[in-house]
Amino acid sequence: MEAFGFFYPEYEVVRDGGRCTVCRVCERQCANGVHTYDPERGVMLADETKCVDCQRCVCLCPARALKIVESGNTFRRDENWTAPAISEVCRQAGSGGVLLSSMGNPGKYPVYWDRMLINASQVTNPPIDPLREPMETRTFLGAKPQRIERDEKGRIKNNLAPQLELEVPVMFSAMSYGSISYNAHAALARAAEELGTYYNTGEGGLHEDFYRYGKNTIVQVASGRFGVHKDYLNAGAAIEIKMGQGAKPGIGGHLPGRKIVGDVSRTRMIPEGSDAISPAPHHDIYSIEDLRQLVYSLKEATGYQKPVIVKIAAVHNVAAIASGVARSGADVIAVDGFRGGTGAAPARIRDNVGIPIELALAAVDQRLREEGIRGNVSVVAGGSIRSSADIVKAVALGADAVYIATAALLALGCRLCRSCHQGRCNWGIATQRPELVRRLDPEAGARRLVNLVTAWKHEIEEMMGGMGINSIEALRGNRLMLRGIGMTDRELEILGIRHAGE
Amino acid sequence: MRITAGNMHFRELNEQIRACPDAEIEIDGCLGQRYIGSGLADKTLLVGGIPGNALGAYLDGGTIVTEGNAQDAAGDTMNDGAIIIHGSCGDGAGYAMRGGKIYIHGDVGYRAGIHMKAYRGKLPVLVVGGTAGSFLGEYQAGGVIVVLGLRRPAGTPLTGYFCGTGMHGGKMFLRCPERPEGLPERIRAAEASAADLTEIGGYLDEFCAAFGEDRRELLAERFWVLTPDGENLYRRLYTSV
Repeated sequence: MEAFGFFYPEYEVVRDGGRCTVCRVCERQCANGVHTYDPERGVMLADETKCVDCQRCVCLCPARALKIVESGNTFRRDENWTAPAISEVCRQAGSGGVLLSSMGNPGKYPVYWDRMLINASQVTNPPIDPLREPMETRTFLGAKPQRIERDEKGRIKNNLAPQLELEVPVMFSAMSYGSISYNAHAALARAAEELGTYYNTGEGGLHEDFYRYGKNTIVQVASGRFGVHKDYLNAGAAIEIKMGQGAKPGIGGHLPGRKIVGDVSRTRMIPEGSDAISPAPHHDIYSIEDLRQLVYSLKEATGYQKPVIVKIAAVHNVAAIASGVARSGADVIAVDGFRGGTGAAPARIRDNVGIPIELALAAVDQRLREEGIRGNVSVVAGGSIRSSADIVKAVALGADAVYIATAALLALGCRLCRSCHQGRCNWGIATQRPELVRRLDPEAGARRLVNLVTAWKHEIEEMMGGMGINSIEALRGNRLMLRGIGMTDRELEILGIRHAGE
Repeated sequence: MRITAGNMHFRELNEQIRACPDAEIEIDGCLGQRYIGSGLADKTLLVGGIPGNALGAYLDGGTIVTEGNAQDAAGDTMNDGAIIIHGSCGDGAGYAMRGGKIYIHGDVGYRAGIHMKAYRGKLPVLVVGGTAGSFLGEYQAGGVIVVLGLRRPAGTPLTGYFCGTGMHGGKMFLRCPERPEGLPERIRAAEASAADLTEIGGYLDEFCAAFGEDRRELLAERFWVLTPDGENLYRRLYTSV
């Protein structure tokens, strides 16, 4: 039976014997145990069956003696029964298990961001140089008043609902403590504070050390209600109700008991070793009215001081769902596209459920405008925002701001090996092993996050300037600034943009 | 202090409650106002009339007493304190509660005690005098649920369908002569031992004191203890891509 369980390794470790000094750094760095030292022959060996291609050894090899390449072992070529399709059937036949995967959908689906092009001014309405002239990227998230109200003396009354103020329309989206490490959270929190934006606790509670970053924290309430209590709700600048996640719409979460250790147990407020199960639905929410009840119970518990965000996955009826959410009393709707990341999700769900954020965002913005309720809520788009250009396109499609997480993890060292669920992250991000977590320096991580977002901010300003726009407000929903390339009429219609050349 | 709720909007009523410096507040004539006592920590609320949904959500201490029924989501995610309901209670009572106690004299609706969890010194307790609806203690991860079935008409089931589905921690005590039927596979049901009954003795005393019931009468009938069978449901569920 052994033969059935063997798969030739996907990757090959190529070691340049001429360069390798047998310093054994690779061996120490690999928590998967790929590299070993053979004392008899005095050389390094590699067990590639364990390699996930995280690139840690490649990056840390002082002699630059290592690279990881695809091994090239092939099944007989078949456009239908591809290699993954064959090996996944074999794996499931061997184990009887649900295929588990991590990070975003890697499948070959259209990336609409790459089929949209941004406008620039020529001759009339000249471009603006952001280095010379003020550019406004500050964004306020929250419900906007429908009308001006005045008191008996005619003075304008402040009827503004609580708002989140962002210096740049980018926030770090929800990743729980437990799915990522303490040091990763520390880096996100520090960077959010320095950037004047927000990070999000995810559904794992807020570690006691991070209460001091409260004004830059969004606290999440999910179906399992882990770590949710009054002080937690009041600690953050906003509360996010997680209804869905782009990587796994319609299903819940499960952090296995072996990961509920020490601080993670304390922060989630459940005993060590107990499974943390987030049911697929909130079992008290079966309607928009029920959602409204949770929104208002949170507002009551926090004295109407915090905006409430409702996060939904981009699914087929997302526009109608968003319309309901916009009437639920929520201040912000976060829409998460099907390419959003995850610390663990069944592969079939991640790869087949949900729709692209580009189409979902355009549909939501359009629907809310048509119904005259766009001002009730701000819209945040997430689910694979890869660059400042994606952000400019998202804002032009109607987003008030974007959520990034995969990009933030890349800044922290992640090389997208998509093995988070194994808990052996060599970069110290998606792991709770102290010796691995230590590898991520929160200070250096925060600096890299700040660098990334600062660079993106400047690029956003450049692109806005090129369009002759000096305020992000004027870009929001400004679909005339976009043109499609290589799209069908239907796709253009849903995105609400014209084709290039039109 | 006394507040007459009447037609007052919930927001105004709850603002008055929050603003009131008194330790004890009587609320008269409630007409379904929601979120009463949401997030409160240090007050006693005596609620007359019928409070609306999410009574005592995120409650963090203090006591809420209703003279009659309560609606859905009472004690949602509560952390501490007590809710004492002299009538019956709607669905989702004590959803994800982590601490504190909910005593209900009458019946409770669907999904009572769903996702209850214990943590360190915190042990949530839900005692129902009458019967419970379906999905009692679904996903229960900790804490104690007791259903007494007092004055239950013959033929009325003590709990509805799917009792303890997905339960993976805590204990459920069901007072009934025969082993409850239709339990999910992964639930162990055993007759309560003297030690088990000692464990809930204090809660039964408090229940009796609150509602004028007789402890001896409660203990005259058999109790069954439901616990998860310890086999980790998820251990062998997955395989890596």
